[in-house]
Amino acid sequence: MGIRKAITGAQAAAEAMRQINPDVVVAYPITPQTPIVEQFAAYVADGIVDTEMIPVESEHSAMSATVGAEAAGARAMSATSSQGLALMWEIVAATPGLRLPIVMPLVNRTISAPLNIHCDHSDVMGVTTLGWIQIFSENAQEVYENILLAIRVAEDRRIQLPVMVNQDGFITSHAVEPVEIFDDAAVQSFVGIRSLERSLLDTEHVRTIGAMALPDYLFEAKRAQEEAMGNVFQVYKEVGRELSSITGHAYPYFETYRLDDAEAAIVVLNSAAGTAKVAVDAMRGRGKKVGLLKPILFRPFPYEEVRAALENIPAIGILDRSMSFGACAPVYTEIRSVLYELDTRPKVQSYVFGLGGRDILSTEVEAVFEELLTGELDSKRQRYIGLRG
Amino acid sequence: MPTLQDIALKTSGSAAKLVSGHRMCAGCGIPVVLKEVLAASDKPVIVINATGCLEVTTAVYPYTAWNTPWMHLTFENAAAVAAGIEAAYKSLKHRGKINGEVNILAVGGDGGTYDIGFQALSGALERYHRFMYLVYDNEGYMNTGNQRSGATPFGASTSTVPAGKVSPGKPQWRKNLVEIAAAHRIPYVGQSAVHNTLDVFKKAQKGFSADGPAVLAVLQPCTTNWSFDSALTMQYSRLAVETNFWPLYEIENGIVHITSKPTNRKPIEDFLKGQTRFKHLFRPENQHVIVEMQEMIDDEWDRLVKLEASGVRF
Amino acid sequence: MSDKKVWQDLETGMELPPATSLGYRTGGWRILRPVYDPANCIHCMICVSYCPDMAIPVTQTEEGVAGKGGKIFKGVVRWQTDLAYCKGCGICAHECPTKCITMVREEEAEQAACKP
Repeated sequence: MGIRKAITGAQAAAEAMRQINPDVVVAYPITPQTPIVEQFAAYVADGIVDTEMIPVESEHSAMSATVGAEAAGARAMSATSSQGLALMWEIVAATPGLRLPIVMPLVNRTISAPLNIHCDHSDVMGVTTLGWIQIFSENAQEVYENILLAIRVAEDRRIQLPVMVNQDGFITSHAVEPVEIFDDAAVQSFVGIRSLERSLLDTEHVRTIGAMALPDYLFEAKRAQEEAMGNVFQVYKEVGRELSSITGHAYPYFETYRLDDAEAAIVVLNSAAGTAKVAVDAMRGRGKKVGLLKPILFRPFPYEEVRAALENIPAIGILDRSMSFGACAPVYTEIRSVLYELDTRPKVQSYVFGLGGRDILSTEVEAVFEELLTGELDSKRQRYIGLRG
Repeated sequence: MPTLQDIALKTSGSAAKLVSGHRMCAGCGIPVVLKEVLAASDKPVIVINATGCLEVTTAVYPYTAWNTPWMHLTFENAAAVAAGIEAAYKSLKHRGKINGEVNILAVGGDGGTYDIGFQALSGALERYHRFMYLVYDNEGYMNTGNQRSGATPFGASTSTVPAGKVSPGKPQWRKNLVEIAAAHRIPYVGQSAVHNTLDVFKKAQKGFSADGPAVLAVLQPCTTNWSFDSALTMQYSRLAVETNFWPLYEIENGIVHITSKPTNRKPIEDFLKGQTRFKHLFRPENQHVIVEMQEMIDDEWDRLVKLEASGVRF
Repeated sequence: MSDKKVWQDLETGMELPPATSLGYRTGGWRILRPVYDPANCIHCMICVSYCPDMAIPVTQTEEGVAGKGGKIFKGVVRWQTDLAYCKGCGICAHECPTKCITMVREEEAEQAACKP
């Protein structure tokens, strides 16, 4: 049993970081990530952690210094949002190739233009091809636990890949919720310390890191990286079981909610899954068999397991909080791909919602369920929730 | 006092931190700069290398010419990566996870320093990380075929600002990186040139022993894109100093000190001639550019001498 | 491609052990060869410090070696240029204060070396 604290999602991330007490934290403030670094900086200032913290001059340097620290053998963390992620994109892309297990909370916010500081997933969906493990969190509790889990998954010898732990900007990052914080000693024993096996500072084992690879080797390097990504499923399960012994919670690849006998289902990431659960309960109360699938581990994507969970649902609505202009929305693309192998495929419908912080109401989700149950769907046309005109 | 004999021993055989088999052009002085600088450290050196000539020629998988811990990430962030390494070093030491002392050296060309890496460098200097930043300055993007940089001198023809029928080459003077670095109030900034082995070595020693960030800018004439015979690299470096085009000086705790004063300043033509990038200046219609260049060099030199004489802290 | 590693054998993150470039011989780039005459050398170490390819070996010797004017030079001395790596830039010959290094076309040097 832990202690219940009334904190925000940002503070939950900072709490996880307090317990991890990383060797190095590098950050540049950006709304809505700022309270994470402010809270952590306060821990440093009060001596609650003894992390070496570098307040850098840009996100590009934030990720660069994080990579430098990690290559030196430190457990290094950063955090960002939106434009910050865009500015550090080049280094975000380079990190998995170097196989550096950095864990970074990402507070999801839309990408300009127009400028807008509020939530959608256009930041993270622009980086899902780069080789980071992507974990999504519905609420502050999940943010906290997912960060702890991520450290161990990232640093496992079979993995050695970076992880982003996503939470919705403002909706999760700035809303106060009760969060159960587990015993410091138990958590610290779980996260352990990072091995210095690959440290650049090991002058007894001199190494070159980041050599150029010409066409004779780059392809093999990328294939090896893909292999590590494939190992994530097993490691995620193992580490999750270990974390369960402290938290009592399970760490599935995705959460299902009243899905078993559902005649219609919604797939949605992050905080909107909470709204969808309210809608599911309301519909069930009216005798409508509906359910939810909330992806948690989004990269690597657990195709087989998601297929098994969805194969008997007649109609599925996929709600994306970002667009892929001129193409299918990102989550919709994955779910449609999941269903391809089935002989009898469910009907699917793509919905886009909540861009730039537009609220989604449980009644709007209920309307989606009604539409799914009537079966008037068009898998080729994207529909919009809460859009004028 | 270090001698060439001492340095020769430290840069050869198993003591060498940068070894043979790298792919820099024949006659390139960059490895010369690096071996001198690395030999100046009495501790193991962790090198973080910006993308550029040095990086692409010394670490081509599965070959590396580095016999010291070395890392490359990208082009514009060597100083930021060095900051992260320094923070890791401090933290791991504080936590008792590592022992031993190291020096941290970030190195880049002028493109990675004056231009695209400028912000990361300024940030790292301002935050006062304990590392040395070395720029080997060949006055343009030489790795990719002579494009203009903020270090390219006035009047030079580059592939992105070529001299032509109506253009006499680069219309701007270069940034003064040394003074910009010194304006961060860091303990050591030095300017040296590849031909002066002992000067490079001594300035690197000072940089490594500084209690805070240090910047060392070393001129490195490019045989390939300044287009001179590969045997003449050191001669062009020497001429750059003898013409006052590239004064050897340092700013130590804010105090300017000129480390080499030519007794008879040679005319700038002596440095310009034989370099393809300045060939157009010798056409009659461009003579005024050389005159202007000479005036600027003399003005800059006078200013530097006055700065030194004033003793005023930079 | 057969001598290259398969993906399963790559080091995590493509790390390399130090100084593997010693296996990459750059001597083949050479057009001019530095021909060194030890009898005219003063072991000043200028050529060594300027050599961009670290291709001039040195050792410390107490016995000394005979150099210019028959004088015995002790301490740090240089030896024949390592032609496995020398790219033939000619800096050593140009900068040598005693002109004890001459640049000779590679094919002529080869022929001279073959003569009895």
